[in-house]
Amino acid sequence: MLEYALLAGLVFGLYFSLVGLGLNLVFGVMRIVNLAHGDFLMLGAFGAFWLFNLIHLNPIATVFLALILFTALGVPLYYLLVPRLLRAKDPEMLSIILFFGLSQVIEALATIVFGPSERSIPGRVLGSGPVQVLGQSFPAAWLASGVASALAVLGVYLYLYRTRLGYLTRAVMVNREEALATGIDVHRVSAIAFGVGLALAAIAGVFAPFMLGSVTPAMGVDLNIQSFVVIVIGSLGNPLGTVLGGIVYGVSLMFMQTYFSSWANLLPYVLLILILLVRPSGLLGRQVRRA
Amino acid sequence: MPRALRHTLLVVLPVTLAAALLPLGYSNQLLLFNFVVFLTLAQGVNVIYGFTGYLPFGYVGFFGAGAYGFSLSVIHLHMAPLGALGVGALAAILLGLLLTPLLRLSGAYFAIANLAAALAVYQVVSNPNLTEITKGPYGISLSGVYHPQLSYAVAVAIMSATLSLAVYLRNSRFGLALQAIREDAVSAAMAGINVVRARTLAWLLSALVAGLIGGAFAWYVSVFYPDTVFSADFSIFAIVFALFGGVATATGPVLGVLILYGIYNAIGISTPQYFQLIYGLLIMGLVLFLPNGLVSLLKRRGIDVP
Repeated sequence: MLEYALLAGLVFGLYFSLVGLGLNLVFGVMRIVNLAHGDFLMLGAFGAFWLFNLIHLNPIATVFLALILFTALGVPLYYLLVPRLLRAKDPEMLSIILFFGLSQVIEALATIVFGPSERSIPGRVLGSGPVQVLGQSFPAAWLASGVASALAVLGVYLYLYRTRLGYLTRAVMVNREEALATGIDVHRVSAIAFGVGLALAAIAGVFAPFMLGSVTPAMGVDLNIQSFVVIVIGSLGNPLGTVLGGIVYGVSLMFMQTYFSSWANLLPYVLLILILLVRPSGLLGRQVRRA
Repeated sequence: MPRALRHTLLVVLPVTLAAALLPLGYSNQLLLFNFVVFLTLAQGVNVIYGFTGYLPFGYVGFFGAGAYGFSLSVIHLHMAPLGALGVGALAAILLGLLLTPLLRLSGAYFAIANLAAALAVYQVVSNPNLTEITKGPYGISLSGVYHPQLSYAVAVAIMSATLSLAVYLRNSRFGLALQAIREDAVSAAMAGINVVRARTLAWLLSALVAGLIGGAFAWYVSVFYPDTVFSADFSIFAIVFALFGGVATATGPVLGVLILYGIYNAIGISTPQYFQLIYGLLIMGLVLFLPNGLVSLLKRRGIDVP
């Protein structure tokens, strides 16, 4: 029981790191809250579902397709929404409302196009039968999703720490004004980070049918909360801290589901409130409290 | 004529009279009741968001607490509806007090934490383990106290009181103090405003409003499930309606409810996804082009909006 909860928690933790990663990247670079994050994840999930059903495309291939498509979608979307938003008096607050509006638009369009019913992809697509790890057996799809998430996180690490663009992106994260003053094209760097953030959400979405069960157009709201828990536990504005948050969240979720299953749904909410109240500056690394 | 009196005559009186008299000539009382509920909730959001700047994404938590406070005291304590309404209000205020530490969070963090709090309350109330106490996910039935006329009248009274509260905040030193805190808490404290007390009071007032109307809602519909009264739609609609009309005025939220909830009833019930699409686009356009709502169009021309 204990080993199972721990190992499953680790796998889910890696997956939840990926779920939160895009949100944290966008927040870190632009200091705005993308409340439509969960809805981009949903779009990724539906993309994987339809491509699998129509042309039997393996979800792994969909990952690469999602990376390209959503980055390409994110860049114009950034120029459409964000520069105007950042000129407002309180961009962080207004971003919640703006992206809430966007999430409603996406959810409505997805309902119109896909219908409100639940969709799922059979788990055997990502490998057959249960796999034995340290004497515990897990569905192969879980392990495949966990490995893919780890690879995606590694990809973000390489992007941020091993490329010139990543170097500029980190400069914008540290201080937007100073980055601008040193001649960095802040909008271009931010637009790409925004696109990558959306693409990460969509990639997490591709694995959602295997990790989270069936998908519906309305799944976004709940995922937003979970993503928030993950990135708040880790470190808000620091994308790689998300991995820590994801693993803490995944392991505690599995423990709750194993030992107090009927109360497990309460965990993300309580965890989020407690962390915001108890360790707001320590864990987040920036002032979030007033007075 | 003093400004507060003029505002009362211009806003509170006509809206209250319309809500009170329309059922005599119009048969769909449920629709009117829903309008009354949203007029109240939008003003409740106005109190905390419009005047104080805290965005209550989980405002429905108070509404649900009021509904359950009302219902459980009728079921378990066999209280009369008006007394039970008091218990509902008390439940909302207690929840508000429990959540006051959230006011220390700023901006986005408050909104997210408040949303999480409302969802946590919902998870507790609807948990099957508590079926003995809360009836869990199986819902509430209050057929014994069902009284549409009286509960409608009570809801109109609550709405009228809430509108008066908004007019009071619009015209009083206390309302001005709250707006000063919204603009800059530190400067407000320097000017001698007790920031913590003022914002806590505004928070509890808006919780009280939602709790009262939540109790009236439970009384009026008398059969409901936890996901009815904890539906995120209540928070979101109330916020969008208030923002659309323009917050920190008494007129704005009323306009927002009349226009948007009117549209919702015209197209939203049969095809909710199209309404969702329209209001999503409206919200985005609003934030980008008209962040202060419809009334800012009038205010720009120097018209004093109540």
